Amino acid sequence: MSEPGYGEGDSVLDRVRALVKFTPLAVAMGLEITRIERAKAWGKAPYKPEFIGDPETGVIAGGVLTAFLDQLCGTAVIAAMDAPVIIATVDLRIDYMRPATPGRDVLAEAHCYKIGKSVAFVRAVAYEDDPENPIAHAVSAFMINSDAGRKPGANLKERRK
Amino acid sequence: MTEAQTRLTAALARVPYANFLGVRAELKGDELTLVLPYAERLIGNPLLPALHGGVVGALMELTALTQLAVAAKSEKFPKTIDIGIDYLRSGRPVDTFARARVVKIGRRIANVQAEAWQDAREKPIAAMHGHFLMPDDTSN
Repeated sequence: MSEPGYGEGDSVLDRVRALVKFTPLAVAMGLEITRIERAKAWGKAPYKPEFIGDPETGVIAGGVLTAFLDQLCGTAVIAAMDAPVIIATVDLRIDYMRPATPGRDVLAEAHCYKIGKSVAFVRAVAYEDDPENPIAHAVSAFMINSDAGRKPGANLKERRK
Repeated sequence: MTEAQTRLTAALARVPYANFLGVRAELKGDELTLVLPYAERLIGNPLLPALHGGVVGALMELTALTQLAVAAKSEKFPKTIDIGIDYLRSGRPVDTFARARVVKIGRRIANVQAEAWQDAREKPIAAMHGHFLMPDDTSN
C-alpha cells in the first residue's frame, strides 16, 4: 500500500512533525517543531537555565543552537521527501552573529532548498522575533538513505577494528 | 588532580550546558580531553541507535573553548564566531572523547580544530574547525 502523498492531506507532514517526539535529545531539550511545510520546518528551543553557556550573562551555549539547528535542518530534509527515509548529517556550518537574548526562547526556520538522490542541502536561521535580526545562520548537507542497509540496532555492535 | 585541572574542572562545571550534557574534562600536561559519557538522552536516531549530531558538535565546540582557555591561561571562555562540523561516522551509544588543537591565537581571533572519537583515536566520528573571539581582558 502506498503512502498518501503531500497533496492528499498533511498526514506525511504530520508524521514528520511528530518525529521530534521520538528523538531522545530533542525531548530532553524540549525542542518543538512549530510548523511544517514541504521542504521547510519552523521550530522552537525553549530558554532553560541548564542551556546556559555563559553563567555571567545567562546567554545559552552555542551547542544548544548546534543541536537545535541540526534537528531542524534534518526535519526540513525529511519534509522534502515523498517517502521519508533515514538521513544523517554530513556537515553543518554555523555562523554566530550575536549572542541569544538571555531569558528568551530561540526560534528558527530551515529550508531544504535542494534534494537529490544521495544528498540534500539545507539552510537555516535562528532568531528571537525576526529572521532579519539573526542570532545564527546554518548551512548543512545531509546524506539520504544513510542507513546503507544497516539494520536497527546496528550501532549496538562493536565496530570492526 | 593538578591545580590547572582543578581550575579547569571548576570552570567547566560553571557551564550549565556542559553539565546538561554530562561533559567532564581530563587534563594531562597541557593536553585536554573532554569526555562525554553515554546517556540515553543524547540519542538522535533511536533506531540504530546513534548519538545526536548536535551533541557531538556541542562536545567539540566545548573542547575548543576549554582548550583555548587553557592555551590563553584564562578562566574566561572565548565567544564562538563560526564552526564547521564534518560528520565522519555514526556516533554509537558509548562514551565519546574529544580533543582540540589550537592552530593560531591572534590578537582577537583564534583558529581551532577538534576531533571526536569513540573506540579508537585514529577513527574519528566527527571533526570541527572554528573561529573564536578571544576575551579582551585576559591579562587583567
